[in-house]
Amino acid sequence: MSLLELDNIVVEFPTRRGPLEAVKGLSLDLDEGEILGLVGESGAGKSITGAAITGLIEPPGLIRSGEVRLRGARIDNLPPEKMRRIRGKEIGAIFQDPLTSLNPVYTVGEQLIDTMRVHLGFDHKAARQRAIDWLAEVGIPAPEARLDQYPHQFSGGMRQRVVIALALCAEPKLIIADEPTTALDVSVQAQILALLKRLCRENGTAVVLVTHDMGVIAETADRVAVMYAGRLVEIGDVKQVIEEPLHPYTRGLMASIPQIGNRDRRLTQIEGAMPGLRNPAPGCAFAPRCPRAMEHCHSLRPAPQDAGTGQVACHLYGETA
Amino acid sequence: MTPQIAPDDILSVQNISKRFDVSEPFLNRVLERRPRRILTAVNDISFDVPRGKTFAVVGESGCGKSTVARLLMGLHTPSAGAIRFEGTDITHMPPGNPPELRRRMQMIFQDPYASLNPRWRVRDIIGEPLKNFGICKTRAEVTREVEKLLSQVGLIPADAKKFPHEFSGGQRQRLSIARALTTRPELLICDEPTSALDVSVQSQILNLMKDLQDEFNMSYIFISHDLAVVWYMADVLAVMYLGKIVEVGPKEQIFENPQHPYTRLLMETVPKLTVGGTERAPVAGEVPNPISPPPGCSFHPRCPLANDTCRSVAPALNLRAGGQKSACHAADEGRLPAWLRLAAE
Amino acid sequence: MSNFMPMLYAFWDSDITYSFRKSRVAVISALVLLAMFLTAIFAPSLAPQNPFDIAELDLFDSELPPFWVEGGSTAYLLGTDTQARDVLSSIMHGMRISLLVGFASVILAAVMGVTLGLLGGFLGGIVDAVLMRIADVLLSFPPILVALLINGVLRGALPSSAQAESALIVLILSIGLTNWVQYARTVRGSTMVERRKEYIEAARTLGTGKVAIMMKHILPNVLGPVLVIATINLGMAVLTEATLSFLGVGMPPTQPSLGTLIQIGNEFLFSGIWWVVVFPAAALAILVLAVNLLGDWLRDALNPKLR
Repeated sequence: MSLLELDNIVVEFPTRRGPLEAVKGLSLDLDEGEILGLVGESGAGKSITGAAITGLIEPPGLIRSGEVRLRGARIDNLPPEKMRRIRGKEIGAIFQDPLTSLNPVYTVGEQLIDTMRVHLGFDHKAARQRAIDWLAEVGIPAPEARLDQYPHQFSGGMRQRVVIALALCAEPKLIIADEPTTALDVSVQAQILALLKRLCRENGTAVVLVTHDMGVIAETADRVAVMYAGRLVEIGDVKQVIEEPLHPYTRGLMASIPQIGNRDRRLTQIEGAMPGLRNPAPGCAFAPRCPRAMEHCHSLRPAPQDAGTGQVACHLYGETA
Repeated sequence: MTPQIAPDDILSVQNISKRFDVSEPFLNRVLERRPRRILTAVNDISFDVPRGKTFAVVGESGCGKSTVARLLMGLHTPSAGAIRFEGTDITHMPPGNPPELRRRMQMIFQDPYASLNPRWRVRDIIGEPLKNFGICKTRAEVTREVEKLLSQVGLIPADAKKFPHEFSGGQRQRLSIARALTTRPELLICDEPTSALDVSVQSQILNLMKDLQDEFNMSYIFISHDLAVVWYMADVLAVMYLGKIVEVGPKEQIFENPQHPYTRLLMETVPKLTVGGTERAPVAGEVPNPISPPPGCSFHPRCPLANDTCRSVAPALNLRAGGQKSACHAADEGRLPAWLRLAAE
Repeated sequence: MSNFMPMLYAFWDSDITYSFRKSRVAVISALVLLAMFLTAIFAPSLAPQNPFDIAELDLFDSELPPFWVEGGSTAYLLGTDTQARDVLSSIMHGMRISLLVGFASVILAAVMGVTLGLLGGFLGGIVDAVLMRIADVLLSFPPILVALLINGVLRGALPSSAQAESALIVLILSIGLTNWVQYARTVRGSTMVERRKEYIEAARTLGTGKVAIMMKHILPNVLGPVLVIATINLGMAVLTEATLSFLGVGMPPTQPSLGTLIQIGNEFLFSGIWWVVVFPAAALAILVLAVNLLGDWLRDALNPKLR
């Protein structure tokens, strides 16, 4: 059984001009200990998918249909109180801004100790020792002294390390990391990613890594899911998706990333922009920008089908080709 | 530093510094006996911008690169040093003054959501400099010019009636570019113009900027934290760390054989789009607090090559064999190890 | 004129009007207020009697109770006072004065506060420091005390013969000068946020002058909260006016506001003619309540965090 299954989930934001579907029927699953990269442009629905897993979709948004299952048990319909327990114990969350995960009025130590006492049933002394170990583990110098400091006394990179410790200390089986390094400088990014990857490997923790940065995916993820306009367009092993992408959107995306050493005078660009959520077209959402669009691409929406090392939703592949 | 300006440089910056007083208010300082706190955002830097080329400034957040842009535009007044544009000293000129000179240099800002007044229509946003600098006299002239500019940046004339919130991030950055082009500037200062955009949109904007540069023969000062973008845009490159230029020179030389450990660190941390085997080397440490920078070479706490000289004496920007300059004792003393070529051609 | 209808539609369809149409409290408050404003504006022609025209008063009709009470008359729906003035007519005229003082003082306070806040926030430095210390001092007294103080100073400066005629101006000044602080602080805060935004830097590099930046760029972007404060402040101003008049330093009995009416009525409360005080008080309460409810709705509607 997969650790996490998303079964055709639809996330909707009701507005007075009718509901907006931010995620339009998305299915994927994640094995234990696996790192899945979820990429897409802003507005593609990747962060909302992450929020759907953790039950943190901001009201009035809601999961209109579909199921989120953790080890086979539905978690999308749980009451908030139960979901909060799962969020601490089973699913950890890391956000772009470390300050959203840290409470400014408690010391870093208090937050770690509290989490472990609640979720692991440690007594105070044991929890404190574990908290010191965790800070050392995430590479914070002088962990014993730093334990009694407040979040604002840490630098940006150090804060994100604390957040990682906090997310991992209850020994969850799954971490949802939403743009965990976007706010950090490049030289610190690499440290944080390496840390996250190592710890999750050691503890067998699975990760859904939500990001817009293909570079981050390339060096961290095992599999990649590419989202476009609320749908999955391609999913597969990281090597295949990065080096031999199948979907024309993924190809365009990869080609448009500037690369050191490339001597082309112009960057490859995808013309136009991702369509808005309102008035979705009947066909493939990428068709208007697609260099290989065929006539039926504009009228018939492609369903995901097996291709490469995973699936791709495109008429160029499978029997409709 | 030689004070003379080569005739093919459009802008010349000599030894400028900018210190910000970030002390608490007077009363708190006296009552709590706190010392004044001075942040040196830009520390004695000099560079020349060649005409028709792109001079890129790269560095991490807090290195002073955005402050440099604002000093050049007159949004901040330098604490020391001189800025010359086409030979005229503009060091202490307020922004927009003198108009006949300032209209020849324009700026594009980082945040496409904050750089356009949300309550103004596009026509008024782009029309503002047209009126201020007296480029267009009548309303009809303004409308015609705005529509022409919109089509030059890939938008349509009907967009003139819209408000900024009706556009996507990439389109807003096109609006910013259109506004900067109103005065037909010769120098365009771009402060991280694509860092808020998605990659597929980033390539559109970068291509547009290159096309416009060719069409109007503009010089660019291109500020970025992204080395891959800089590789694509720059002719000349300056690397900044904690308010100082640590390495400056022709782009090719710096990318092929960086002569400062910090430049090397930045290059090593560029994410590579190949899977397996080429993970970024995690580098120790973070940028120190610029209010109390380390003594000597400010990079020494993170530098694997640091010795006692590095910890006590600030290095000078010296010319290297490759043609670039770098400020590094290790390079001076020949302790800098050979650099393994980074990118496959 | 050709695009008037689409503009009207855009207004009707905008988020703020939608939120208004959806809020029953806001609609009812607005209707009540509208009715009260219209009554106040057209009081001279709507009121059954001119309570200031001695010729219209008939002392035989004094102290009549409301019409549904025994002894009341339908000619005087809410009864009459000791001078035979119709209570309903007095309320209508009183509301006129109360609202006039309210609106005028709110406008005075808003204009003053917005100007000073904008200057302080934009210029910073010594201008800002001085303005904000004055604001701090004003805020450290109860507002009614400040109003009383200003009122006293202004009255003292005027010859006693001119006091009756200038009572209205004095009231407007004393309430307006008390309430500007709130506007100034809010506008200063928003100005300091706005002036650091890149569009202001862009305007500066594009040669836009300081005054134009303040008036054309910053002002439109800081006015949202001012509208909310002004609405809520209207209720406050009407109440302050009533309090001052009740304390006898506001409108004279010859030109009674709601506050003056309550004060006059209060003297007769224990002699059994309750209607003389209860109805003006009720009118005041309904007016202020409606204004406050509308202000609360407006605050929520303009707050993007709550939307």
